[in-house]
Amino acid sequence: MTWIEGRFEENVIVSSLEQAMNWAKESSIWPMTFGLACCAIEMMATGASRYDLDRFGAGAFRASPRQADLMIVAGTVTFKMASRVRRLYEQMPDPKYVIAMGACTVGGGPYFKWGYHVVKGVDLVVPVDVYVPGCPPRPEALLEGVMRIQDKIKGRRLAKQAGSGSGFLGAGQKVSDELPIPHHTGYAADPEALQV
Amino acid sequence: MTGAPDIQQALIEEFGNEAISGANLEAIDPWIEVAPGSIVAVSTFLRHDERFLFDHLNNLCGSDYLQPDPKKAKTFEHDPHVEVVYHLSSFTHKHRITLKVKLPRWVDDVEGQLPSCPSVVSVWAAADWHEREAYDLVGIRFTGHPNLRRILCPEDWEGHALRKDYEFPLEYHGIRGK
Repeated sequence: MTWIEGRFEENVIVSSLEQAMNWAKESSIWPMTFGLACCAIEMMATGASRYDLDRFGAGAFRASPRQADLMIVAGTVTFKMASRVRRLYEQMPDPKYVIAMGACTVGGGPYFKWGYHVVKGVDLVVPVDVYVPGCPPRPEALLEGVMRIQDKIKGRRLAKQAGSGSGFLGAGQKVSDELPIPHHTGYAADPEALQV
Repeated sequence: MTGAPDIQQALIEEFGNEAISGANLEAIDPWIEVAPGSIVAVSTFLRHDERFLFDHLNNLCGSDYLQPDPKKAKTFEHDPHVEVVYHLSSFTHKHRITLKVKLPRWVDDVEGQLPSCPSVVSVWAAADWHEREAYDLVGIRFTGHPNLRRILCPEDWEGHALRKDYEFPLEYHGIRGK
């Protein structure tokens, strides 16, 4: 404890309640233990020590949907499985988030044309927040997806949501959640800055 | 080691030309065609006879021979039919053989009337799930099977997905299919 010693004594940290709560939420996104096919292997690799999903607070894979905030749909969703996916989603407590991981869950993938029993995208079954394409996506891509979920949580507003009825004594101002602006587009405004 | 011609010869001696209705011994996997009514007797014979001892059923599958495209159908070299293919091997003698049972695609050409074939679960227990799969995907009814239900598709699935003229479902329980 050398560098931190004495630095924060007699200090006050000021934050808004909203920011503090969002910080807490985004730092503990517990995903559900839920792998359907080969993408699950990559999801497990993401959770293991090399990529270490725990750095984002999202490494506590819960065995029950009732303790989970995030559903990573990792793998091909068949029609037979679709009703189970839907039920698991409905068992999760709000606020809940869904990552569609891999080509199959994004839109049917290699089974799009001739797969007779594959759901052509899990967004036909549950609402999806973040799509992570790839077949299967690299662990880095899934980490990126988790970070986009964190961005989304950062934009949550404590105040009454628009369309959710009147506020306190009918006076509450209605605000919507802030949607994150994508910033990892691969486009570099100043490419020379990237050159080492 | 016993070659396919010897096995065919022994089967014809035992069951006659009626039951052993054809063969292709030049194929990479030489196969012998067996009449549907004789498959259980032939299997039991091959399983237990000292010369053959086919104690292992490697695979059992259904296969649909149909060219649904009318333009390509003219040059299609098979009559439309379905087959059950049995791949057998023997751990004792280290030899193998393939049996085929040819069936009509539909009984009396009425669509939906599944053809049937006697089950060989009583000979090789491994055939249980394989026959369920062939029933599920190709639509062959195995008579005498202890538990002939769909194994991969949901129980309420309509049609048999690996039939060449299978129509994809447009919707299943409210989920768009295409």
